[in-house]
Amino acid sequence: MLPYIVKRLLVAVPTLLAVLTVVFFFVRIAPGDPAFIILGDQASPQALAAVRHELGLDQPMAVQYVDFMSTVLKGDLGTSLVTHRSVWGEIANVLPYTIELTLSALVIGVVIGLPLGVAAARHRNEALDYAARLFSLAGLSFPAFVSAIMLLLAFAIELHWFPVISEGRPGDPWSRVNALVLPAVNLGLIMVAYVMRVTRSSMLGVLGEDYIRTARSKGVPARVVIWRHALGNAMIPVVTVVGLYLGVLIGNSVLTEIVFNRPGLGKLIVNSLNQRDYTMLEGLMVIYAFFIVIANLLTDLTYGLVDPRVSQR
Amino acid sequence: MSVIAVATGRGAWARLGAGIRHHKMASFGAGIVILMVLSALLAPWLAPHDPLEQDVLLRLASPSADFPLGNDSFGRDILARILWGGRVSLYVSTLSVLIAIFVGGALGILAGYIGGLFDRVLMAAMDVLLSFPTLVMGLLVVAMMGPTVGNLILAITLTAVAPFARIARAPTLTVKERDFVEAGRALGFSHLRIMVVHILPNVLDDILVMGALWLATAIRTEASLSFIGLGVRPPTASWGGMIREGFENILDAPWLAIFPSIAILVVMFGLNMLGDGLRDTSDPRLRHE
Repeated sequence: MLPYIVKRLLVAVPTLLAVLTVVFFFVRIAPGDPAFIILGDQASPQALAAVRHELGLDQPMAVQYVDFMSTVLKGDLGTSLVTHRSVWGEIANVLPYTIELTLSALVIGVVIGLPLGVAAARHRNEALDYAARLFSLAGLSFPAFVSAIMLLLAFAIELHWFPVISEGRPGDPWSRVNALVLPAVNLGLIMVAYVMRVTRSSMLGVLGEDYIRTARSKGVPARVVIWRHALGNAMIPVVTVVGLYLGVLIGNSVLTEIVFNRPGLGKLIVNSLNQRDYTMLEGLMVIYAFFIVIANLLTDLTYGLVDPRVSQR
Repeated sequence: MSVIAVATGRGAWARLGAGIRHHKMASFGAGIVILMVLSALLAPWLAPHDPLEQDVLLRLASPSADFPLGNDSFGRDILARILWGGRVSLYVSTLSVLIAIFVGGALGILAGYIGGLFDRVLMAAMDVLLSFPTLVMGLLVVAMMGPTVGNLILAITLTAVAPFARIARAPTLTVKERDFVEAGRALGFSHLRIMVVHILPNVLDDILVMGALWLATAIRTEASLSFIGLGVRPPTASWGGMIREGFENILDAPWLAIFPSIAILVVMFGLNMLGDGLRDTSDPRLRHE
């Protein structure tokens, strides 16, 4: 297992470097002079030059690139053009909100989606299966902001069960949990749909295999056949899909945070877009890409755990 | 050459068409999608009112006989705006998925066919593209380049190219080892001809199935960007933009957000049913289920 982990880590490094390169060029290629955007079209040429110098935009591209890479790799994301505070500091302030939201959605998705998918596969073409498939179709169809608005309308505005602004009061952990419920359920239900769907189809494939029939015919209890023999092998595509949809989850968390008026990366990104805060956007892109690289890495490592063949290759 | 491509490509279309007809869910989904396309195309004739016509007296008016879905905060007819908004959704999503199919499909076939270093570099680049969450990437492209319809299409295309490249590459790898490709090469056919005439038809099924599912994703992305305020500029009607306006008035007039939401949901269900059904019928492992 250890050599496998090391190998995966080594593969993640060039990916991360490539992603950072894309972020760099992406921000530079975009039309419009950031200095112009910051100061407005009334600014004097001297002021514009000063801002360009401050941003390092008067340097040759290669110098800017080396600069960017070395500072980012040192963990320095620069200072915000608008608030003049550290970009990393601003991100770190709201990061826990986004992480608790995505993680709880992931947990909801796996804890509900996995057994539901197994049950749907076992009771194929029965009422339970149809209900589960209908639910998964709904989960795939709902844009995250539409389901969020409907949950908000029903449970916060009409029933008053949960707060309309999902921030939670500082120093009151219960209010923070309470504020997390609706956004987490919103993201979680979509995740349930994805997990359930792939678990069902993967289980259907595995349940037709010879070794399952063998296990059954030698008298292994059905429960053990399903959960140990079948699910063990059916897990591999499930892990793939969970890893793949982490990206969807992160994207959906942006929308969820906006609807539930929740602090987090999503609100930060929209605010910096409105204020044209280039350094903040650059920092956010780095963070998002970093998360995806980490998520892919964790997915690969989970493969190694789920399927011993992978780590021995 | 294009004639040959079309002629051989018809195999995939015919197979999928037959698949849809024999699959209840797929034909239901296809029906919804056809209705959506028709209502979007015919919006100028179907819409009872001008989608941009404002009337202060009808501000946030609830549904009435003359305005069956009510009026928005500018007193505009919501039904007309939903019909016209469908046009925008359809235009943006279809165009971006078509471009993504073309570019991604070509790159995937090239990568699989040429192989070697070219393949590795190209696929690594696709992995990097996939490292950005779809919505976040769309957000940044539109935000950086400016919120125009062209940039919206570019943003959605960029997020969809990599998946299509991947799905086109995988079957190419196996098809290029087959005897008929070998035979084509022995007959001195050009690589382009082999790729277009002999490999493309074998890859097309997978691409078209994914196309239907990505159309749903593209509509969702367009609506999400418009909801955030980075999509189609007001006053042009778009479903995401309408939901955004409705969300701002959610306490006074919830139907403002609900009606365009229903429109999106119906189309999403239709496309996903169609896509799922197509996948069932085109995947030989699932076909005999």
